[in-house]
Amino acid sequence: MMNTAPPAVAVEDLLVRRGGRDVLRDVSVSVPRGAVVGLLGPSGSGKTTLLRAIVGVQITHGGRVTVLDEPAGSAPLRRRVGYVTQSASVYDDLTIRQNLEYFRALLRAPKSDIDRVLAATHLEDHASSLVGSLSGGQESRVSLAAALLGSPDLLVLDEPTVGLDPLLRVELWNLFHELADQGTTLLVSSHVMDEAVRCDRLILLREGVILADDTPAGLYAATGTSDMEEAFLTLIEREKRTEFGRAS
Amino acid sequence: MNPVATLATTRRVLTQVRHDPRTIGLLVVVPSLLIGLMAWLFDETPVFQTVGPAVLGLFPFIVMFLVTSISTLRERRSGTLERLLTLPIGKLDIILGYALAFGLLAVVQALVAVGFAVWVCGLEVAGSVWLLVAVAVLDALLGTTLGLLASAFARTEFQVVQFMPALVFPQVLLGGVFLARDSLPDVLHAISDFLPLSYAIDALNTVAADSGEIGFDLLVVAAFAVGAVALGALTLRRRTA
Repeated sequence: MMNTAPPAVAVEDLLVRRGGRDVLRDVSVSVPRGAVVGLLGPSGSGKTTLLRAIVGVQITHGGRVTVLDEPAGSAPLRRRVGYVTQSASVYDDLTIRQNLEYFRALLRAPKSDIDRVLAATHLEDHASSLVGSLSGGQESRVSLAAALLGSPDLLVLDEPTVGLDPLLRVELWNLFHELADQGTTLLVSSHVMDEAVRCDRLILLREGVILADDTPAGLYAATGTSDMEEAFLTLIEREKRTEFGRAS
Repeated sequence: MNPVATLATTRRVLTQVRHDPRTIGLLVVVPSLLIGLMAWLFDETPVFQTVGPAVLGLFPFIVMFLVTSISTLRERRSGTLERLLTLPIGKLDIILGYALAFGLLAVVQALVAVGFAVWVCGLEVAGSVWLLVAVAVLDALLGTTLGLLASAFARTEFQVVQFMPALVFPQVLLGGVFLARDSLPDVLHAISDFLPLSYAIDALNTVAADSGEIGFDLLVVAAFAVGAVALGALTLRRRTA
C-alpha cells in the first residue's frame, strides 16, 4: 500500500558543494510515507547536509528535492515538517514549557499539544525547569518535543538519540514507531549501527554517496551477513572496488 | 507579516530577559548612574546643562545597541534562528518581535533616565519633559535596530562588540556632544549630516532648550530605524551553505 502513494520525500540527483568540495554527489533516495527510515553513515558523510536539503535550509547546486508533493522548503511545508537539529536548538534561558509555548504559538497548534509532547518525551516532571539547567540528553528531548508540536506529517531528526541512556533510547524508538503507526513519516539519522535494525528502511551514506537504500532484511541478504556493522563494511569494500575498477 | 508570530516573539524575548535580572538591572540603572556621574563631574559648571540632554539619548542608544546585537547574535549562533526559519514565521516578524521587545525595555529605561536627570540631577528642560522621554525612547530604538543589523554582519560575540567602536563611537564624536555640530570642520560637519545619531541629539537639544521644531529630526531617526529593520530582515536567509 505504501507503493501506490507518492513518497513523503523524493530526492533526485542532488548535488551540494561546499568550499569547492562535493558534499553530496548525485544523491537519489526516496522515503515512503508512514515509515521510519534510518539515515546511517559515519560523521562527515553528509547526513546532516542531506537532512538540511530535505528541510529546505541547505543551498543546493543541482537536482530536485520534493517533500510531501511540494518543493523542499516551500512555505506550506513549514507547518508540516518538524526538524530537530543535531545540537538542541531551544532557548537556554527559558523553561521547557516556555520554549514549547513559543513554538506552539508560531505553529498555531492547540494548547493541549504542550502536555502531549511533554508526555511523549518524558519531560513532564521538568516542565518548569530552565533548559540551561538540564542535562544534554534532556535538552535534546526538549528540542524533539518542540518538533512534535502541531503533529507534523514528516519528522526529520538529526541524531536524536545521541547521549541518551539505553532505556530512554528504546523508549524514543518506541515513540518513533507509534508516530509512524499514526501515519507520520520519520527520517532519523544516526551513526550507531545497532539502531538500524529498528528502522523500516535504511539509507547508507558515505562520503556524499549513497551506498544502499533498502530494508534491513534486504541489506543482510545483499551482503550475506546478519550484522549491520559488517553489512556496512561489505558495502564500503564493494564501493571501493568499483571505484578502483573505474580508475584503472 | 503576521501579528501573532511577531507578538509571540516579543513575549518570548521579554520572558528571556526576565530570567536574567542582572541584565534588567544594568539596562535600567546604568544610564542613570552615568548621567549622575556626569552631573557630579561637572558640578558647579554649566557643562551638564549643555551636554545633559544629548547624554540622555546617548547612553540608552549605546546600551540598547549592545544588548540587542549580542542577543540576536546568540540566536543566530545557537541554532534557534535556523529552527525559526523552518517554521511558519516571517523574517520581518522575527526582527519586529525583537525590536518591539527591546523597544518596550527602552521605554522603561528612558523614563528612569529622564526622571533621574531632571528630578535628581537638576537638568533644566525648557520644553516638555514627556517629549524628551519620547525622543530618548526613539534614540534607544535606533540603537536597537542598528544593533539588530550589526549582528547580521558578525560571526562571533567578539566581532559584534567591535562594532561598538566602529559604528557607534564616530556617531558619538560627530553627533554634537563634544563640540556643537555647527562648530565642526566642514568635512566632518558634512559627514555628521549622514549619521542618524546627529539628528537624535539635535532633537534632544531642541526639546531641552525649547528652541524649535523637531519633526524633521525625528523623521530622519525613524527612517534610519525602519531602514535598519528592513535591511536586518533581508540579511536573514532561509537557505544557507
